[in-house]
Amino acid sequence: MFGNNIDTDVILPGPYLVHTDPNELAKHAMEGLDPKFPDKASSGVIVVGGKNFGCGSSREQAPIALKYSGVKCVLAESFARIFYRNAITIGLPVLVCAGVSSKVKEGDVLVVNLQTGKVEDETSGIVLQATKLPEFIMEILESEGLISHLKRRFETDE
Amino acid sequence: MNIIEKILANSSVKNEVSPGEIVETNINVAMTHDLTGPLAIKSFREIGVKKVWDNNKVVIILDHLVPASSVISAGLHNTVREFAQEQNIKNFYDVGRGGVCHQVMPEQGHVRPGEVIVGSDSHTCTYGAFGTFATGIGSTEMAAVFATGKLWFKVPEVIKVNVTGKFQKLVSPKDLTLNIVGKIGADGAIYKGLEFGGSTIKDMSIDGRMVLTNMAVEMGAKAGIIEPDQKTIDYVKSRTDKSFNPVKSSPDATYEKVVDVNVSDLEPQVAIPHSVDNVKPVSEIEGIDVDQAFIGSCTNGRLEDLRSAAQILNGKKIASTVRLIVIPASQEIYLNALNEGIIKTFMDAGATVGNPNCGPCLGGHMGILADDEVCISTSNRNFIGRMGSTKSYVYLASPVTVATSAIKGKIADPRKTMNGE
Repeated sequence: MFGNNIDTDVILPGPYLVHTDPNELAKHAMEGLDPKFPDKASSGVIVVGGKNFGCGSSREQAPIALKYSGVKCVLAESFARIFYRNAITIGLPVLVCAGVSSKVKEGDVLVVNLQTGKVEDETSGIVLQATKLPEFIMEILESEGLISHLKRRFETDE
Repeated sequence: MNIIEKILANSSVKNEVSPGEIVETNINVAMTHDLTGPLAIKSFREIGVKKVWDNNKVVIILDHLVPASSVISAGLHNTVREFAQEQNIKNFYDVGRGGVCHQVMPEQGHVRPGEVIVGSDSHTCTYGAFGTFATGIGSTEMAAVFATGKLWFKVPEVIKVNVTGKFQKLVSPKDLTLNIVGKIGADGAIYKGLEFGGSTIKDMSIDGRMVLTNMAVEMGAKAGIIEPDQKTIDYVKSRTDKSFNPVKSSPDATYEKVVDVNVSDLEPQVAIPHSVDNVKPVSEIEGIDVDQAFIGSCTNGRLEDLRSAAQILNGKKIASTVRLIVIPASQEIYLNALNEGIIKTFMDAGATVGNPNCGPCLGGHMGILADDEVCISTSNRNFIGRMGSTKSYVYLASPVTVATSAIKGKIADPRKTMNGE
């Protein structure tokens, strides 16, 4: 659970941008706020944020660090646009979910249906409706990112 | 249609577009640098296309860690260098040939009104100062642009910011920009366009306009834009022989809302840690001790900024407790500042003058902060850990406020110093 305006400098601090290995980036995910985050995330977690999640720089290394640290999905009240596009591009599901930052608690077990946008909090029994992803974004996520999506497109064109 | 809608319509070969519509847009220029470029190159190779869509439309500028700050960053430079050579990219600005990407782009004539530019850097929105639709994208999307020359955009709702009034002495476009960020908020323009207009903007120089559009992303905006006028046309024509097609908003253009700002009573502004929209007049936070002062970056490293800071520092010494770091944004600016005697003024005052690059702005090198240190900076972000330690503090202000604070050793109002206090 994180608050409003979580910026890319805390998600992946600038000095680590020199690394190109995603697993190396993952070791520093959320380091600006919680240096122990990679340990917590390694077994698979859903990150919940407030407004404007991922604001700041265009560094794609930020969603990459989250994905490779074990984050399966990010739910937030709203996202900064470059982070949003980058997350989809690298195949990390991100959903706008009104009320999620106030209704869900740290440690709750969530089940997210990407097709329908339904978010079930199994711990509290609360059900929330996230904004459904458009079809072309689902296609990118199903290809596990833009690269494999484009590869397929170029193969089909040829 | 407003100017953003018109540019997106032209670039996606449509007669008309409206907010919410998704368009596939032809890209006029794609820019990348040493920190996001290597990942874009890696993704480009994974896609499996051999050649970039148009080697004349790709611009690569080394600027974040320049000259190389470590063995790893030297390797990143080489990755980019080899790619530029292999792809025959002529617009490649190596160490010592350019400077900060967002300054080099317009200086070298790569920014033209009416066009669409993408850059794998969030401050790409700076080019909106020239009536260009310009926005930041990630590395893999850049790879897709390298491969196809196209990218999808959702046509944004646009907020019009109408600025009137005349600046008081020692109040600058940076103060206006911080004031607007404070008013609109860090998430106030997510996914949206921001069009800046009004008599104050007309009166502003190109350097000043670039401060405003540069920080559009700090409000979450997709793009910040200013209608091109004679000043814009003259600047661009002095930088390139290429033809271009400037567009303006129609008189009946629609906006999500209009925000009015009058600068006549505006005081120098400061953004307080750790968010860019936490903005107060300098008079409310005067007296905070500073360890480091930084004048530079894609926001405020231009000649006009250096001139105004030099006026404050002329014949004075900075406080013994302060390190002042000055980094001109480009080789051209550095040389002009040298010829004008400005660099000497800085050095006589006790400043360290660095080579054109991003420097300490993003905590990469050349002035990283230790625990508990305070920096007042002309750059654009004051997030936790942005310039070094997660326990350091960054205040954002104008070049004259930073210069004044460097002399005083604490955050100070430039207007009082000029009055002899």
